[in-house]
Amino acid sequence: MATDIATPKLTTMADLKGKVDPDWCPGCGDFGVLAAVQKALVELQIPNHEVATISGIGCSSNFPGYINTYGMHTLHGRSLAVATGFKMANHGMTVLVTGGDGDGFGIGGNHFMHTMRRNVDLLYIVMDNQIYGLTTGQTSPTSRKGMKTKSMPFGNVEGPINPISLALSAGATFIARGFSAEQKHLTELIKQGIQHKGFSFIDVFSPCVTYNHDNTFQWFRPRVKKLEDNPEYDSTNWMAAMEKSLLWGDEIPIGKFFERTDVPTLHESEPVLATEPLVKQSSRIPADVARAFVEELM
Amino acid sequence: MRQSFAIGIGGAAGQGVATPGDIFAKIFSRRGLHLNVYNAYQSIIRGGHTFLTIRTGPDKITNMGDRIDLLIPLNQDTMDRHLVLLSSGGACIYNADTIKPGKPADGVQLCPLPVSKLADISRNKIAQNTLAIGAALSMTGVGFQALESVLIEQFRKKEKAVIDENVGLARVGYDYATQNFKAFANPLPMTDTRYAVLGGNAAMAMGGAAAGVKFYCAYPMSPSTGVLHWMADHARKANIMVRQVEDEIGVINMAIGAAHAGVRAMCATSGGGFALMSEALGLSAQAEIPVVVIDCQRAGPSTGVPTKTEQGDLWQMLGASFGDYPRVIAAPLDIGDCFTLIPEIFNIAERYQCPGIVLCDLLLAEGRLSVDPAILDFNPKVDRGEMITSANGNGNGSYKRYLITESGVSPRAVPGIPGHTHVVSSDEHDEDGVLISDEYTNTVKRRAMMEKRMRKVQGIEASVEPPKMQGPADAEVTLVGWGSTQGVIEEARDLLADQGIIANQLQIRWLVPLHGDAIAGILKKCRHTIIIENNYSGQFARYLRSETSFVADGHIRKYDGEPFMPHHIVEAVKEQLKGSTTLSVPTHEIMV
Repeated sequence: MATDIATPKLTTMADLKGKVDPDWCPGCGDFGVLAAVQKALVELQIPNHEVATISGIGCSSNFPGYINTYGMHTLHGRSLAVATGFKMANHGMTVLVTGGDGDGFGIGGNHFMHTMRRNVDLLYIVMDNQIYGLTTGQTSPTSRKGMKTKSMPFGNVEGPINPISLALSAGATFIARGFSAEQKHLTELIKQGIQHKGFSFIDVFSPCVTYNHDNTFQWFRPRVKKLEDNPEYDSTNWMAAMEKSLLWGDEIPIGKFFERTDVPTLHESEPVLATEPLVKQSSRIPADVARAFVEELM
Repeated sequence: MRQSFAIGIGGAAGQGVATPGDIFAKIFSRRGLHLNVYNAYQSIIRGGHTFLTIRTGPDKITNMGDRIDLLIPLNQDTMDRHLVLLSSGGACIYNADTIKPGKPADGVQLCPLPVSKLADISRNKIAQNTLAIGAALSMTGVGFQALESVLIEQFRKKEKAVIDENVGLARVGYDYATQNFKAFANPLPMTDTRYAVLGGNAAMAMGGAAAGVKFYCAYPMSPSTGVLHWMADHARKANIMVRQVEDEIGVINMAIGAAHAGVRAMCATSGGGFALMSEALGLSAQAEIPVVVIDCQRAGPSTGVPTKTEQGDLWQMLGASFGDYPRVIAAPLDIGDCFTLIPEIFNIAERYQCPGIVLCDLLLAEGRLSVDPAILDFNPKVDRGEMITSANGNGNGSYKRYLITESGVSPRAVPGIPGHTHVVSSDEHDEDGVLISDEYTNTVKRRAMMEKRMRKVQGIEASVEPPKMQGPADAEVTLVGWGSTQGVIEEARDLLADQGIIANQLQIRWLVPLHGDAIAGILKKCRHTIIIENNYSGQFARYLRSETSFVADGHIRKYDGEPFMPHHIVEAVKEQLKGSTTLSVPTHEIMV
């Protein structure tokens, strides 16, 4: 279907602009993520009709509405399951999955784990603001211990999950962390994530300026340290990545923690998808095959 | 009375009850006989009790029937439980070394096999089964050649010595019976017809393949798992992408993702898994992405009785997910229909871009039936509805995914086409997919979109015919059933006719659209109406009443986990016509 475009034209930022402007709060970290995704697609020159942006529900999950690609705004927590089905049916398309920490690590935690072990070839960007925003400020799976929210007014007594170490242990093959305010760095990570063959995960600090007064831009800025600035750091070393993932406090690493390229993606592992995307295949069972199916019953 | 012969084989799970069943089924279907196989079992992998009934004959066989003619108990427990089922003319073949017979009814022939004298039981643990199969076929007048060829097929993956040993054992059992036991009065006849032996789950999977399903996914759940097994086993030959998913929530969402990408997607589960799918059923409706979901009902609520049948999920299907939306629900009438229904429901679901639900049950899903192989049409009519699969010069960006139309159907652009980018959404949205719930709320647009979707209901109704009365137009009693009870009610009508009671039958296949006015129009003219269903509360009777205000004269219900047998219905109809009750709950006589 992508072939019936007569004259290939350059993909520009204008092509990727959504039908409406984002309704995020002024200053929301998600603006930076949207801009970085658009820039990455322009820099990689991927036509917008060859991209599917799939989200769950939440502030950041409104993302597909603000970018002009094929989009799916699905159910809370279910974006990765929908995206897996989509990718299996048309592995020729670039699949981006966008959402928040509540959507991905809370209600969608089960799908997160299983999509990683399957190495589905897609890029999953979590706009992690450590709070539930669209429901007006409750504790999320990444809220720090002690944080006061509307649902835990006396402070969070539960500990947060660590998305990076979780992804490492679940078998994700590209794992990175970005910061919404570090545009160039984030754009570069997104480009790498799209180009990586397999499941790419980028946890992006995307501060909520309305409900999270603990993890603000000002809080992150002095703490984030780029792994890329350390020439010694080897992102093919899983143990080193695991150690770095546990750092939290005065120094919080961002950048590419880990990548391995030796694991086949899910669609590469399935002989049924060896020839062409499922959606382009014939849906008729050949007569001789059908006869053999019936013969088994005789 | 239909001519038929029924064999009951019972034992502990793991004792090999299934294999003799498969062997008999092959032999009978190749003889040109109809057959039905029903396995009553428990949720246990080893041990417990399982009782398989295989009923065969030259007349149409649709159910397990009322009578066991030949009992093959593989252990003492089976003998103790089921010898009582045999009546005069029946026989019981058993291992005389390990099983003590009880006291049979008059005229029942006990057929003890001296297994340790006939076979080396230290070498072959299932020698008693093979000997019994041989003996049974001798007594039913089937030539040994038929058994030999099926045994060779059955053990084709084993070495020659194993095949020879089993064929030899069967021969010994066959000859021993010829010399020592009295053959049944009527040997099994032969006809020129050849039947396929089809299971309901395999039928639905094959129906999916025929309908052009390219994506199938599931989470294992009895009694629907057989669909996954057929799909997984045949995926690479049929070029179907088959996935086992982490849970049923993932299952339906994955199917919706694949469907949106442009392929036909299907999944199957039972009531519990369906409950998990409910939210996403609404996503299918709201985003207008068609999927077909099969629900193989088992006895509920909750984990319920996982290995037993029920028609208890109707209201779950009617009320699944929140909000108003168009949906299609159909219940296959028999195992052959499990195949035929799938392409039909896909055509409607895709034309009207809404979820389609196949309301099957354990009785059909795990049962087996002889069907005419001609009904397994792998080239059925496929209507994918209004779909845009290439830009065709229209890729100027003006495409509206949720275009407001008179039919309510908006042409669906398959992702990947230039100039047709759009967002599909679970939030309420505008014609072009812009969310109107978060961006801004707009009562006029919300109402227009709601009415657009619901207009599709008229098209859905027009695409299905109202049900038709079966049997004589004028009858003393009208029996109303839905789905899997078609065959057993039909046979009960024959038996009632033998006793001078004329009954006709209205069997419901399409539950949504129901065509309630047409049904009420038919039933209001009937003299005495009885609704028959495999549940406690009369789910269909309540549904019919809510849609039409029609109230039946009486009800026959069964909710003990087992299906109806024809005599259950016959006796209940007779007591209701006498006026002794308006609600009959038959007792199941076979205890598993």
